[in-house]
Amino acid sequence: MQLLIFMREGTSFMKISLTVNGTQNTANVEPRILLVDFIRDTLNLTGTKLGCDTGQCGTCVIQVNGKPVKSCSMLAVQVDGCDVKTIEGVSQHGQLNTLQQSLWEKHGLQCGFCTPGMIMTLLDFLQHNEDPSEDEIRSCLEGHLCRCTGYHSVVRAVRDAVVKARQTQSADLLVGSAD
Amino acid sequence: MVQKTFGAPLKSREDPQMLQGESPYTADIKLPGMLHMAILRSEYAHAKIKHIDTSEALKMPGVVRVITGDDLTGKIMPLPCIWIPGGVESHFPPHPFGLPGAGDVLAKDRVRFIGDSVAAVVAETRYQAYDALAGIHIDYEPLPVVVDPEDALKEGAPLLHDAVPHNLNADWTCGDKAAADKAIAEAEVVVNLSMYNQRTINNPLEPRSAIGNYDPVTEDYTLWATTQSPHNHRFLLSVLVLGIPFNKLRVIAPTIGGSFGTKGYIYPDMALVLFLSKELERPVKWVDTRNGLMRSTVQGRDHKQHATIAGTKDGKITGLRCTSYANLGAYPSTIGPGVATALMGRSLSGPYTIENAFCEVFAVFTNIVPLGAQRGSGRAEATFLMERLVDLYAAEIGMDPAEVRRKNMVPPDQFPYDNHLGWTYDSGNYGAALERALEMVDYAHINERKAEASRRGKRLGVGIASFVAICGVGPSTRMSKEGMLGGTWESANIRVHPSGEVGITLGSKSTGQSHVTTFAQIAAEELGVDMDNIRVYHSDTQKAPYGQGTYGSRSYSVGGPAMYMAAQKIKEKIRKAAAHMFEAAEEDVVYEGGKVFVKDTPQKVKTFQEMAMALWYGWNLPAGMEPTLDETSFFDPADFNYPFGTHIAVIEIDNQTGQVDLVRYVAVNDAGPLGNPLVVNGQVEGSITHGAGQALIERAVYDEQGILLTDSFTSYAIPRSTDLPEYELDYTVTPSPHNALGVKGAGEIATVPPAAAIGNAVCDALADLGIKHIDMPFTAEKIWRVMRDAEQKKNAASNGHHV
Repeated sequence: MQLLIFMREGTSFMKISLTVNGTQNTANVEPRILLVDFIRDTLNLTGTKLGCDTGQCGTCVIQVNGKPVKSCSMLAVQVDGCDVKTIEGVSQHGQLNTLQQSLWEKHGLQCGFCTPGMIMTLLDFLQHNEDPSEDEIRSCLEGHLCRCTGYHSVVRAVRDAVVKARQTQSADLLVGSAD
Repeated sequence: MVQKTFGAPLKSREDPQMLQGESPYTADIKLPGMLHMAILRSEYAHAKIKHIDTSEALKMPGVVRVITGDDLTGKIMPLPCIWIPGGVESHFPPHPFGLPGAGDVLAKDRVRFIGDSVAAVVAETRYQAYDALAGIHIDYEPLPVVVDPEDALKEGAPLLHDAVPHNLNADWTCGDKAAADKAIAEAEVVVNLSMYNQRTINNPLEPRSAIGNYDPVTEDYTLWATTQSPHNHRFLLSVLVLGIPFNKLRVIAPTIGGSFGTKGYIYPDMALVLFLSKELERPVKWVDTRNGLMRSTVQGRDHKQHATIAGTKDGKITGLRCTSYANLGAYPSTIGPGVATALMGRSLSGPYTIENAFCEVFAVFTNIVPLGAQRGSGRAEATFLMERLVDLYAAEIGMDPAEVRRKNMVPPDQFPYDNHLGWTYDSGNYGAALERALEMVDYAHINERKAEASRRGKRLGVGIASFVAICGVGPSTRMSKEGMLGGTWESANIRVHPSGEVGITLGSKSTGQSHVTTFAQIAAEELGVDMDNIRVYHSDTQKAPYGQGTYGSRSYSVGGPAMYMAAQKIKEKIRKAAAHMFEAAEEDVVYEGGKVFVKDTPQKVKTFQEMAMALWYGWNLPAGMEPTLDETSFFDPADFNYPFGTHIAVIEIDNQTGQVDLVRYVAVNDAGPLGNPLVVNGQVEGSITHGAGQALIERAVYDEQGILLTDSFTSYAIPRSTDLPEYELDYTVTPSPHNALGVKGAGEIATVPPAAAIGNAVCDALADLGIKHIDMPFTAEKIWRVMRDAEQKKNAASNGHHV
């Protein structure tokens, strides 16, 4: 990883290059800037939320190189050279994928604030668990706080998505739903 | 034929936007040239401010302004409190306009809780604004601190406000003291309970946020904020805080990430972003942190209660008396004092016929965060106490707790029922909900389950909680008697476009309850229009009819009927216009299923769309009829509505660790007809989880210096996905007579009984150890200690030792 460091008005900046939702980006960032702030404020991708600042709530989860991470607990400079995916990169042309569709049908969200982070975690989870048990789904969601739903409808939605993915023989839940 | 929409479990139409991260919350909004504000909060729970030095902060990178309380003198008024309980005097310094005050926007001279706003920094970036907080140096002189409301009332306690003797904001009573005293004195059985309903933190996932934008050309202010009452807050902030014309402030409430009561208050930051935006002629944005939220957004519950229940040996409750010390925190919040008194005290007797009842609440200032509403506020505190008392009374007379409830519930033919504490219950069949819940949990065989659990090293307990929850705040005249300074009606507008599509606009504001879906269902049902042709608008004071916002489970049960009424006006106008066009008598013209036609003359028919166009053109209308279909209704109900139900918790306690697991949860609720069962189920599941959280894990812990020890999600627990089982839900349906839809509040009712049900279950599981009551939360450590102490006592007694 090669980082270009330069000074402006007494502040160090580092140049980073990364792919965000399939698009190549280059930016000069202060080394201290959190990844979540870089995504929200610099890239204007505000679907990623900031709920607790301490890595507890999960609203800021995105995927870096295909793995879910809490973007409040990483620095922007750490994703130099990485492939970043946010909620904005999940559905294409406004078409919900199978998981999103199931969350909608099962009322798996209310205020929606925790939802993008949950989706980013669940998409990775479902890639590695074709037929998860309820306990496994609940364990997967443990890093995400939700104050509205009580989680049960989210769990129902994930199970529904698994069944639907199997029916359509679509291993990739990122494929848009035909519904 | 348009399919039935009212009552259909339709998916929420707001969801696709949220599912894709495209729904705009306040913190997501960016304006050109926008500055960022950070607030410096007090680090002392009680201290004099001797000197503030902002010079270093002003020199820090990006900083454009630093203000303190002195900078606001004469320019901005204190915050108002609009709900001091009726009939009592607030001893708090009044607002300049004569109504009760609620403290300065920035503390002057003195801070009264950790989190009190002391100064604000505005900088080019959020990071720079927060950096600069470290450059403000304050010379504090610490003062003695008091955090317990009973201590705060004592002679010689530290005084928070010079004008408030004994820190007493309000001494409020309801019911008949003499009657309650007499009933208790003459009773066959008397049971006392002293307990603490602990302080909790609502913790919506979205922290609060506000953006102020002043336009120097038009002199207009715009506020984007996490507010669940945009119209009401527009009035309070413009006229009463900033001292500017109402006309000059527009409030927009973007998507809100949960509230549960906390975003119905006006906070210093809302006034500050507006004030600073004018000073700096640039937009100013403030976004709270979780730690800031924990230390400054209103918190809930927090009553120390001393109560007595009296009754006969055969199970008839004859008297009830309660003295409660409500911990208001350092200042009266916008509606906190009313929540802490009337909503709790008048709800105490629950679903029971208790003729001799009395409650006194001392609402007291202490050096902690101001108190406000938490989902189910007042009613949850009352229900916990009452339902614990009923179980203790049942144990005392050796009667099954279900039987005691059965014997004392208001019979279905006694409505409307005066509960002797000030509420008049509208309708109900309390016994039916109780029996259904008992049947669902298989109460008759619960002892077999206890024995089975015992073989596994677990103590199984079952706890019943029956409740009534006042909702649908409310009738304005009635609320004025309760001390509310403001109307509490709600509104809806229906505008029919020339295309036959419909725009509906709500006076209320969703914080995650699917208003965009459920209100459209009412309009679709009434007008016979397809849901896809209805668009819903809300949350912008420039565009929406006046409304009071969402709180007290009022949006659907007060605003819903307003939508229904506006639809009737539209239909009536269509009918009259059609009668004129058909040259038929008005009484012969019928509107049904999206069509208007002449009875017995089926060829004389026009569709909704044709009539929309006809009224848009206005070419052939009856004399005196105004063109277009655009109707607004304001609904002020005759009285509150009173949803009710019974919940039953089954818990298991691990004998080795004290861990309490909720293993089953049965909830039977009655909120009248359900406009959208999918949405109501969601509200109920979330509510139960919220209530169970208080019972099992949640507590805001302050030390004796007023330091909040639970000030982040690392130390304040809220339920996670692995904590609770799926709930078993059912409903009974008893319509309210107070609105045309018969609906009752549903958003928070299921938060009211869970703590009580779980509390009763825990005490049931430990009954053989002689344990009568344990305060929440029922953490493993606490239960383990209680069990160990009880065992030791028992062993000592059986060994003949005195303990």
